[in-house]
Formats: sequence, C-alpha cells, structure tokens
Amino acid sequence: MPKRTDISSVMVIGSGPIVIGQACEFDYSGTQACRVLKAEGLRVILVNSNPATIMTDPEFADATYVEPITPEYVEKVIAKERPDALLATLGGQTALNCAVALDAAGVLEKYGVELIGASIEAIDRGENRQQFKKIVEDLGGEVARSRICHSMDDLLAAADELGYPMVVRPSFTMGGAGSGMAYDESDLRRIGGAGLAASPTTEVLLEESILGWKEYELEVMRDTRDNVVIVCSIENLDPMGVHTGDSITVAPAMTLTDREYQKMRDLAIGIIRAVGVDTGGCNIQYAVNPEDGRLIVIEMNPRVSRSSALASKATGFPIAKIAAKVAIGYTLDEIQNDITRETPASFEPTLDYVVVKVPRFAFEKFPGADPVLTTHMKSVGEAMAIGRNFTEALQKALRSLEKPEAVFDWRHEYVDLDKAALLEEIRTPTDGRLKKVMDAIRAGAGAEEIVESTRIDPWFVDQLFLINEVAVAILEAEELTPELLRLAKRHGFSDVQVGKLRGMTADVVRGVRHALGIRPVYKTVDTCAAEFAAATPYHYSSYDEETEVEPRTRPAVVILGSGPNRIGQGIEFDYSCVHASLALSEAGYETVMVNCNPETVSTDYDTSDRLYFEPLTLEDVLEIVHAEEQAGPVVGVVCQLGGQTPLGLAQALKDNGVPIVGTTPEAIHLAEERGAFGRVLAQAGLTAPKHGMATTFQEAQEIAARIGYPVLVRPSYVLGGRGMQIVYDDDALKTYIEAATEISPDRPVLVDKFVDDAVEIDVDALYDGEELFLGGVMEHIEEAGIHSGDSSCALPPITLGASEVERIRKATHAIAEGVGVRGLINIQFALGSDVLYVLEANPRASRTVPFVSKATATPLAKAAARVMLGESIADLRAAGVLPAEGDGGTLPPTQPIAVKEAVMPFNRFRDAEGRQVDTVLGPEMKSTGEVMGLDADFGRAFAKSQAGAFGPLPTRGRIFVSMANRDKRTMIFPIKVLADYGFEILATQGTAEVLRRNGVPSTVVRKHFEGAGPEGEKTTVQMILDGEVDLVINTPNGSSSGREARIDGYEIRTAAVMANIASITTVQGLGAAVQGIEALNRGDIEVRSLQEWAALVGHHG
Amino acid sequence: MPLHAKISTGSITGPTGVPALLVLEDGRTFRGESFGAEGETFGEAVFSTGMTGYQETLTDPSYHKQVVVMTAPHVGNTGMNDEDPESRRIWVAGYVVRDPARVPSSWRSKRSLDDELRVQGVVGISGIDTRALTRHLRERGAMRVGISTVESDPDALLQKVLAAPAMSGAELADEVTTGEPYVVPAVGERRHTVAVLDLGIKGMTPYLMAQRGIEVHVLPATATLDDVLAVGADSRGPDGLFYSNGPGDPAATKDQVELLGQALGRGIPYFGICFGNQLFGRALGFGTYKLKYGHRGINQPVMDRTTGKVEVTAHNHGFAVDAPLEGETQTPYGTASVSHVNLNDNCVEGLELRGPDGRLKGFSVQYHPEAAAGPHDAGYLFDRFLALMGGEL
Ligand SMILES: Nc1ncnc2c1ncn2[C@@H]1O[C@H](COP(=O)(O)OP(=O)(O)O)[C@@H](O)[C@H]1O
Ligand SMILES: Nc1ncnc2c1ncn2[C@@H]1O[C@H](COP(=O)(O)OP(=O)(O)O)[C@@H](O)[C@H]1O
Ligand SMILES: [Mg+2]
Ligand SMILES: [Mg+2]
Repeated sequence: MPKRTDISSVMVIGSGPIVIGQACEFDYSGTQACRVLKAEGLRVILVNSNPATIMTDPEFADATYVEPITPEYVEKVIAKERPDALLATLGGQTALNCAVALDAAGVLEKYGVELIGASIEAIDRGENRQQFKKIVEDLGGEVARSRICHSMDDLLAAADELGYPMVVRPSFTMGGAGSGMAYDESDLRRIGGAGLAASPTTEVLLEESILGWKEYELEVMRDTRDNVVIVCSIENLDPMGVHTGDSITVAPAMTLTDREYQKMRDLAIGIIRAVGVDTGGCNIQYAVNPEDGRLIVIEMNPRVSRSSALASKATGFPIAKIAAKVAIGYTLDEIQNDITRETPASFEPTLDYVVVKVPRFAFEKFPGADPVLTTHMKSVGEAMAIGRNFTEALQKALRSLEKPEAVFDWRHEYVDLDKAALLEEIRTPTDGRLKKVMDAIRAGAGAEEIVESTRIDPWFVDQLFLINEVAVAILEAEELTPELLRLAKRHGFSDVQVGKLRGMTADVVRGVRHALGIRPVYKTVDTCAAEFAAATPYHYSSYDEETEVEPRTRPAVVILGSGPNRIGQGIEFDYSCVHASLALSEAGYETVMVNCNPETVSTDYDTSDRLYFEPLTLEDVLEIVHAEEQAGPVVGVVCQLGGQTPLGLAQALKDNGVPIVGTTPEAIHLAEERGAFGRVLAQAGLTAPKHGMATTFQEAQEIAARIGYPVLVRPSYVLGGRGMQIVYDDDALKTYIEAATEISPDRPVLVDKFVDDAVEIDVDALYDGEELFLGGVMEHIEEAGIHSGDSSCALPPITLGASEVERIRKATHAIAEGVGVRGLINIQFALGSDVLYVLEANPRASRTVPFVSKATATPLAKAAARVMLGESIADLRAAGVLPAEGDGGTLPPTQPIAVKEAVMPFNRFRDAEGRQVDTVLGPEMKSTGEVMGLDADFGRAFAKSQAGAFGPLPTRGRIFVSMANRDKRTMIFPIKVLADYGFEILATQGTAEVLRRNGVPSTVVRKHFEGAGPEGEKTTVQMILDGEVDLVINTPNGSSSGREARIDGYEIRTAAVMANIASITTVQGLGAAVQGIEALNRGDIEVRSLQEWAALVGHHG
Repeated sequence: MPLHAKISTGSITGPTGVPALLVLEDGRTFRGESFGAEGETFGEAVFSTGMTGYQETLTDPSYHKQVVVMTAPHVGNTGMNDEDPESRRIWVAGYVVRDPARVPSSWRSKRSLDDELRVQGVVGISGIDTRALTRHLRERGAMRVGISTVESDPDALLQKVLAAPAMSGAELADEVTTGEPYVVPAVGERRHTVAVLDLGIKGMTPYLMAQRGIEVHVLPATATLDDVLAVGADSRGPDGLFYSNGPGDPAATKDQVELLGQALGRGIPYFGICFGNQLFGRALGFGTYKLKYGHRGINQPVMDRTTGKVEVTAHNHGFAVDAPLEGETQTPYGTASVSHVNLNDNCVEGLELRGPDGRLKGFSVQYHPEAAAGPHDAGYLFDRFLALMGGEL
C-alpha cells in the first residue's frame, strides 16, 4: 500500500522537558519522524515545550510550536493549524497521555483530527493492565498474577491473596514512577499510598513478584498490511526487579535457544495484533524462569520507547523513522533499508556483534536518596558500546560512563577481599554492583555462589570470570607479550587498565601497543551481519583482523560528543554537536561524529558523514583520529561543543599531536584554572567575588573572616558545582570542611564571598578574535545562589537597562579576548549593589545555547563551528548565518520574551525509609531538563513556562505569600489584584500585617522553623506539601534577616517543587505571575510558531 | 586467602588453546584455535546469519559436506539439549565460530557444544575474524575450504583443499536419507496419508504434518513410484506426496525428478520445500543454478504473491530455480507460475502448479516453513497442503 493520499498535514507531539525515564531518545525519534514526514511532502506541525531539542529547530517542521504540552495549549494549536492527523506515538508517555486527554475532551473529534500510529482503543488495551492481561491469556500466554486496587483497603485485601513480596504499580505513569517492591505491610502502605496518588486514575496494580527471573525485551514493528517484524531482542543482565532503564542490557539476547526465542516472537506478534497497534513500533517485555523456562509477559508499550532508540542504534534499523513511514500508509516492503540500500525494511536485523548498555546514575546529587535499584527508574542517562564479543562491549560500555569507579580495577590485588561480605552485598542491586561482583570473583567466590547471590545468568557470570582470568594472566605474566596484550584488547581492556595491572602508565602501554602494531579495526553496523554491502559508515572498534573504514578525499572534522546524559551535561550539548555537524558538512567538510550515548540525535547514522559509536576516552579518540588520518586528510577535532567531556580531552589530544580546532587547550586552561583566570580578570579590570583557598578549617575560617559570611564553599577538584554549599557561620563551615573528604594541599577547598541579593546573568557569546557576537543575555529570575541550570531566566533580560547590557557586553568581550576564545564562551555574572561580579567563564558551548538560539532565531552552534574553522563573524553575517547587523544584545522591540524554567527530578528520589529527599535548591545543579515559554510579554511567557514545567498557573484558589522586607511595599498592589481575582491569601506574620494595613485580608500561617502549632496548626511547608496551596509567592530575605528566614524560603520553594505547583521567588516573578494569571483570565493567551515569530521579528531563518 | 581466584571455567584462549588453520580455495588464510574435534576437514564454506538455533543448524542434513561459518560471535551459550536436534546427527563438515561459550547456560542443556562436536568428530575453528571471512565469501562466492589442527602450513593445506570435491554436481541425497522407511502416526484423528521422500528431512517437518492429522510415511530417497503408491490404505496411493529439503546440486539429481513427474502425471497432490522446490522446478522443466553465496539465515523477507504479505523466513540453500517471475509457463502437468519471491534479491522462492480448471495441483517453497531454527511465519503452508489434499484449492 503506498502513501495515504487523504493526509496532507500531520501534528507531531514531542515529550517535553527531559526527566528521568524520558530523555533525549524522544528527540531522536521525533526528529526522525519530522524529517520523514516533511520529506514526504506533508505539512508538519510540531508541539514541544523543550527548547533544547533538535526537533524544535525551525527547519525540521513547517510550524514549530514551543508551547506547553497540555491539552489546553495543544488544542489551541490544533484549532489554529487544523492538522489532518496526529502522531503521538513518538513523544513518549507525555505525548501519548496528551493525545488520550485530547480525545477524552472531544478535541480530536471536534476538529476532525485522526490519531495515526495507535488508536485510543489500542493505547488503552496496551496500557490498561487488566485488558492487556486478558489479551495475553487469550493468546495462550501468561502474565504475573495481579489485583487492581483503588484504595488502601483494596491493597491490603489483595496482599493477603498474593503474599509478600509484591510489585506495586500505579497505572498510567511513565518510567515506573511511584512503583516499587513491597516486602511487608508498611512497605505496601507507603509505596501503595504514594502510588494511588501518582496515578492519574488513582489506580494501583498489585502483582506477584517474580524477582530474579531473566528479563527480556522485544522491539516489534507492524505495518498497515499486518506485516510484522522483530527489530531486536534485548536481554537484561540484571534480573527481574531492576527496571530495564536501570539494568545493564545486552543485544541480541545471549542465553535463549531458538525455541524459547520463537515462543517470545510468536507472542509478540500476537500481542501487537490483538492490542491493535496498526502501524509503527512497540516494545514488549518478558520474564523467563531460569529453572524451567516458564515465560511471563510483563508489559507492552504501544509506542516508541527508550528501548526503541537503543534497538535502533544497536541494529541500524531506524525504528522511529520507519514507524513514521508506516503511519502514513507505506508497508515495510515498500521502505528501503537505507544501510544496505538494496534490501527492504521488511526483514529482521541480524547482528554479528554484541551491544551493551549501562545506566548512569546521579545519586551523589541527592544525599540520602536510597541507592537500591528497584522497579522504578532512577538513572539519568546511559552509555552504549559495541564490540565483537560481550567482554569487549561490556568493558567499553563501562569506561564510556566516564565514572572511573565504574571500570573493573585489579589495583588492590593484595588487599584481602572479604568473600562472604561481598557475596552478601551483591544480593542487593545498586549502582556499581557489577564491580562488586568482580571483587567477589577476585575474592575467590565460585560461579555458583555468584549466581546464587545475584541471580545473574551463569553465562554472563562466566564472562566476568573470563575477564578476571585475563586480568590475572596479565598481572602474573613475566612480561607483557604481544599475545597477552592482544588477548587483553580482545576482551575490552583499556590501556589504563592494562597499565594498572602492569604498573605502567597508559601512555607507556599505548606506546608498546603501537610499536607492536596492535591497533583496533573498525567494523560496520549493517543490519545484516555482512550478508549485503553497507552504504552507511556506522563504525565501532574491535581488536579483530580486518578494518572497514573507507578512504576519502574531502577533509574531515572530528566532532566529540558529550557521552552519557548526566545532570549538568545533557541534550543541550548534543544539540550543539549536531548543529556543528550539519554546518560543517554544508561548509564542505566530511563530518565524523564520536559519541557513546544511544539516546541522542548525534548517534543517528543520518546525522554525520561518519559515525563512530565509541567511548569518549583519550585512547579511543586517538585510535579513531588515527584511523581517519589513514583514510584521508583530518583538519582537526572539535572539543568545544560536547560539554566538559571533550573539553577535558583537548590538552591530552593536542599533546599527542592531534590538531584541536577553535579555542586552544591553553586558552581553555586560562578560563578553567582559577589563578590564571584571576589574572585575566585583573587585566580586564573586572571583579570576581573575593575568594581564597583552604586546606584546613583554620585557613577557611580566616578567609571567611576576611571576606565575610556568607561564603560559598566547594572542592576545587570537581566540576558542575558538585559539593557546593553556601555557609553562613563558623559552625557550618567546620561541618562542611570535616565532611569534605579528600582535602589536601593539592586539593584545597575554594572559599568565595557569596554575593547576596544579586541578580545572576548568563551570557552566551561568539568570539572570532576580533568581533564579539553577544548571543544572548539571560536574566535569572532567582537570585544568584541557585545554580544557573536550576533557576529560571528570561531573554531578553526583563529588568536590566541598556547601560547594564553594555557593561556586560564589554566584560564579555574583555574575557573572550583575554582568554583567547575562538568560538563560543559562556559567562555567569552576578550583579549585586551595582557591582558586576564574574562568577565563572566556560570556554565552550553551554547548556543555554539551544535556548538562546531558539529564542533569538540565531543558529549559534552552527556559527560557532564555522568560527572554529576560521571564518569570521563578519563572514557569517555576510553569509546570512548571523544577522546582518546587531546581535542578542540589541534585539528589536518586536522580539518576544523567552522564559526558561527548569524541571527537577526530586519526586523520583526517596530515602531508605521512603521519605522524600531534601529538595533545597542551591549552587549545585540538580535539574534534569527545561522548558521554554515564548510570548510577546513576560507575563504570558512566564505563564507558559510554568504550564510547561508544572502545569498551568492557577486562576482561583489559595495563594501563600511571604515577602522579604525590601519587597513588602512593591508586593501590595499585585497581591491586591490577586485578591480581587478571588484568591484566598495566606501569609506569614509580617506580610499579613502589611497587607491588612492596605486593606487586603489574609490568614496568618506558621513559618517552617516555628514548627507545628499547639493545636497542630500546620506550617506553610506542610500545607503546601498537603496540596492545600495553589500558588506560592516567596521572596527570600537577604542574610540581614538571618539564616532561618533564608532556609525557610528554600524549604517553601522546594515544598512547592515537591507538590509540583508554581512558586514565585521574586517581585518580578510576582508581577509576571499576576500578568500571566490576568492573561489566563482574559483567556487571550495565544500560541505562535517559531516560524511566525521569526517573520514577525524580521529574522532570517 | 588467594590473591586471585583461579577457578577457571575454561581456557582464556579458545576452548583448548590448540592452534588451528583455515584455508580457502583462493588462498585466503585465517589462524585461530581448535574448537570441537581436532584433525582435518574439508567442504564448501558457507555462512549462516542466524543468531539463535545453532543446534538445529548443525543437525540439518542440508549442511552435509558444508563448513558452516556462524556470523553471530557467541555460539554455544545454551549448550546442547535432547529436544532440539533436527536429525540423528550433526551434518556440518566443519564449524567456524568466533567466541564459543565456555559454559553453557540453559535449564534444558545436557552437554556443551564443544563436547558434542568432539564426540561426533566434527572439526571446528574458533577465534578468527568471522566477519572478514563472511565478507570474503560474500564478495567471492561460496568456495571450498579446509580446516586443520595437524597441518600448520597454509600452502600444504591449500593443495588438499583444491583436491577436495566441489559442491556443484554433487548428488548427496543418498548419503543423508533414512535407511529404512518409517511412519510418523497422525496426532488425533487421521485426516490424510502422505508419502514423504526423505532427501535430508528435518525432524520438525513430519512433526508439524502429524500435528495436523497427517499420517506421515517417510521413504528413503531411493523410493520408486510403486513404493510411493504402496503408501496409503487403498490402490489410489497416498493423499499427497512431499519432497523434503536436502543437500547437493539439484541438476545432478535424476531419479527423484522422474519419480515426481510420474506422481504429478497421476495427479497426486504435491508439496515440496527447499530441495523439493528445486526438484519440482526441474520436473516442471525449469532450470536450476547455483547462487553466488546462497541464503542461509532466519531473517529472509519473502513475499507471498497471492496475498501480498511478507513472511520472515528460515533459509538454507545454495541453489535456486530459474523460472520467469512474471507470467505462466505451460508444462506437461499444467500451468506453472512463481508464487513466492525473495525481496532481498528477487530470486524464486516458491512455485505453483495449476490444472486447466485453475485448481491447484502442487506447490513448493524454497525456504523452510518448518522453521527450526527460525520464525513460524510460513507455518500456514502446511495448512495449504492440507487444503490441497482436501481438494479445497
Ligand atoms: N512481577 C514482577 N516481579 C518482579 N519484578 C518485576 C515484576 N514486574 C516488573 N518488574 C520489574 O520492574 C521493572 C518495571 O516494570 P515495567 O512493567 O516494565 O514498568 P515500566 O512501565 O516502568 O517499564 C521491570 O523492568 C522489571 O525488572
Ligand atoms: N560568589 C557567588 N555568589 C553568589 N552565587 C554564586 C557565587 N558563585 C557561584 N554562585 C552560584 O552558584 C552557581 C554555580 O556556580 P558556578 O561557578 O557557575 O559553577 P558551575 O561550574 O557548576 O556552573 C552559579 O550559577 C551561581 O548561582
Ligand atoms: Mg518496562
Ligand atoms: Mg555555572
């Protein structure tokens, strides 16, 4: 069946901000979909509130709406654009839920929009566990015994039938949010209660536990003619009980006979048919009892999922792309396999390599969070590696995590390892368990003992033994023979690992290796195990015989990606890398992408001319550069766009003779090394907050005494604001220093004057050595002290005057010049009592580059890439890449206001007792993602940003107000307006006083530090957490008013984060919210596409 | 307390660490470690891309005289069990894998693949760049190969390879077929009686027929028309005739083609798979030819032209039928046409024979509806055979 002729416009819904369980894999799938649909000549209308996505680049859709993904806003878009069809299966659970809501509200029917991909009925059959259960049983399959519950009584009753332990699953949540393992009644009350709350249908499913079984996944694809193929099988190394997203997973399945595999396949095909996913991909999970092979179906996702992205990268079969094609009518046999270019997509990929995915966690950011892995997902990112065997792929994947402690390490071979203790420890799945398993093996545990403790399949366990035996062989050999070195490499050992085993440096090992001519070859991911020739250079390294890298004539530029997502380094950096790749191939270069993150657009084989799916370590990158130099001319390596990961490699690469394009490693050092940077500032006559370095409490105390409290302390040896804290007095300072481990003369603690009541300003700029292009000046809505990644901000700045922007421009120029930037630089300033402090400068693309690019319709990353390769800003202005005149500092009056709001993962982390972890925001970044609100004025833009991040601002209900003294006057009018709108006002003592005197009635509530009252009157925080407040307005007091007040402010704000309601922390914010609420009341908030804005503002593309 | 555990579950350099040599007839050489039996073996080098089902593959008689290269790197992970073999023994002449399992893991596993190969005297090699070898065969075509753990000089081994017989022109059915006829009783009520010519049949085939109420009379490859007619209750002979898969060059096969012609002449409903498809083709007057490197795997897309649907199918063939993809061909037995086509390379995957009244008289497919190993998408063909014998088509 060829393409449908009755569809001419399709709306695609994205997945919104990056959150745990829903990351950039949906940008990858959405981007592919948009590409395909557009290429098919359809009008593509996209809705996604996440500005950091590639899919929201104007060129990927005909109408791009960076608007909240809520039924209200999406309806506005539908009303305006009147799409023929809606494709909601590529935007994760967010898009799916939105489509369901739109259908329920009758919107789809009203505007005659057809849901393509999966029908509402299919979605329901797939997601409603009861219906699904029936489908599976009708097919002769089995599901775990379960009971549906709607109340605590139901839960307890069901518990008696099923018996502990049990799996508690709230219905219609994503990434297992709110689910968990209940081992006893108190667990059940706790998890079950939370689950009922978490479920939009207050429905919780209790399920028989099948902990410890083998877990598998199949990725299935179906077309309108009912052709079905299995794209990929995935086996979890961690047995049932650990969410797939948190498990180490392997493709293809390693321990299934054909009979068992075909049984799963038959069931999968039966299920996708019965559920009625008429076109596109879906994902089905299974559990297998290792004792007798009993097969149980766990669940299915009637949409493209995280695993689909993994499967696409693992096989070279682009699931989302093909899902989009079949959604508009094509059948699989009509779609070409674009890797072989001669065979159709109606086949099942076969692999001649092994793929391993390992999760990356961020527990260190959430002190007290329970690190035990369970049925709801906790990881923030993942790395994938490909090898010709499991050991190679596993070890490559582990070093791809960029966590030194994740890599197997035999260094402490003479320390007695306590086998018994280790065997006990590894019973509980945690981040880094695999390493403990290896230690247990080293301690002499037998395979059976390991299997007994972990339930990890014996085959995998033996592979770990194999790795250990190779390590021991290397360790004990008289000399490191070529054979041994080859063997080590064949099993994925890095030069660093071998070096540690032999007591040499990695450099020496590499030297020896090269002298012996032991280098990796590069194989190709071709979907067909070499049965047909591959036309796409999608490579991975292996220590095998024959390499497949083709010679080339065009000069190549190697772009280093940003590796696994983590808090502080995520999709925003992939965005810049992808842009660089696009820009440079336009400029005539052959682009070579290196990255190991399976979720991203950069690792789509369509993005660059060549893709190396490899770890981002010095060794791996050097080998790739070598291979490419053999293939043809290499201009250089781009280290500036992938965040700290490639930036950290720049110097070492240069030392090894690799040309670095753009800002030199020496310049990078100038910006990153405090002393050097201090001199740069001094030269430019700029101020940094007073600071000093201490290695003891005494020293720290002296510094604090000199510069005055509060001070900001942080270890000098960590990045991304790790371990940063604001300290108000000696006691706190003492506690911090004592807690801060690893302090030593060469690893001092940095003590900075904390700039109080300061406006923080974020700047992204381009510098070519002469001209400075101010990309954007972002004014934080929260005061300095909350990490730039966590605070909301506005662009253009809402309160800064032209003169201040000029000061910022001058300062930025001076720093860019002083450092010697060629390309992008990001600077954070704090403007306090009219002093402009420089907090830090990052000589690289920043988290805000995509936000700025989108808000100002200027392709900053593209321009940066070309500046790095020698073009001037003038050239780029001439070439139309940058505006002919002016820049982000001189935006026209027609420029809309863009507001960025951060999204926090706190609701995912609880401590061992199940209490919510501390949610105080501070100088250490904790957010996973962001949204953008875009509109003509700040009020509307702000309202949209809140809607996108937390849900719409309230238009009625209760408002809590607590204002800093300095703000009490300014607040009166706006609060009065809110009261007039009919809000009930709650306030703290002082605030209530002022309001009363101004004729605004309010109820007084207790401050947090006052605790509950004699009659158990709740504190503000408690009321907020109990959902009794609809909006929080709290401007933090300066240090003047002492510590309590400030902490109280934090407590309130974070309680709001927990309760998922908007909270306003500045008078500007308050004014904004009032305007926003006003606009909501007027009901005249409109939606406008980026393309329309660009036309309006008069920007080019 | 040991400094390091040394509980080795296998050698770290291949199963034995004994060096082995592989040489192709065009001189390309690979060095690896011995796997399975030690010694020397020769055959036609072919590659199989299936990721599961090595036990079925090894015991598939169609691989007789072939040295099979597995593209999947890890082989042997689930060991060997007693349920999955497709015939009484391992048939491959040699086995080439990259990373053989050191310990099998499956609740059904009875012994390790390595042991089984050794017990059955199958010489193999491990630890070589199987992808490089596969790409070589893809570019140069299937060719003779030798594997040896006794000969370490490539040139010497090459001479022996060149002296070994080639696959073209080889008639091998007699070497793999059953010695004595036997009957697989119908499961449940008997609906039909079928004569099955064993040209290298896999156990799953009679099993699936029996499951459908067919009494399966398996005859040696040397069976005559009288033997076939003797099957079945009355003089009308069997309700249907079935030709199995099997090794060898269809062009070198005479007797079975004649037999098939006689049976068709008598209007006995026919169903053939793989080799049975090639012989059907020859009986209908079509030619057969050797594919460059054949189809061996379980992921091949085949279109059933009557329904327009795609089946993902199991393949194992080095030869194909040379018939016009479009249009009909008049034959002494009726009108023949191509019913199935491979979407990868458009080669003939199925034939159909209809009488003047347009009724179906016989059909065949080049691939394996019995799967084992492989997807079950084509299982419906056994039902079609039933319908054919029931006169419904
Ligand atoms: N009955 C069960 N017993 C033990 N573990 C389970 C059970 N059901 C699911 N799990 C574990 O919980 C994880 C999440 O369950 P799943 O149904 O996949 O929810 P989600 O929609 O979050 O993916 C699974 O990956 C599996 O490891
Ligand atoms: N001297 C200071 N006074 C007030 N706030 C500060 C100061 N230094 C840093 N901050 C706050 O801490 C955050 C993180 O500090 P920064 O130096 O940018 O570390 P990172 O490398 O994590 O971005 C900043 O965004 C700012 O809000
Ligand atoms: Mg799941
Ligand atoms: Mg910063």
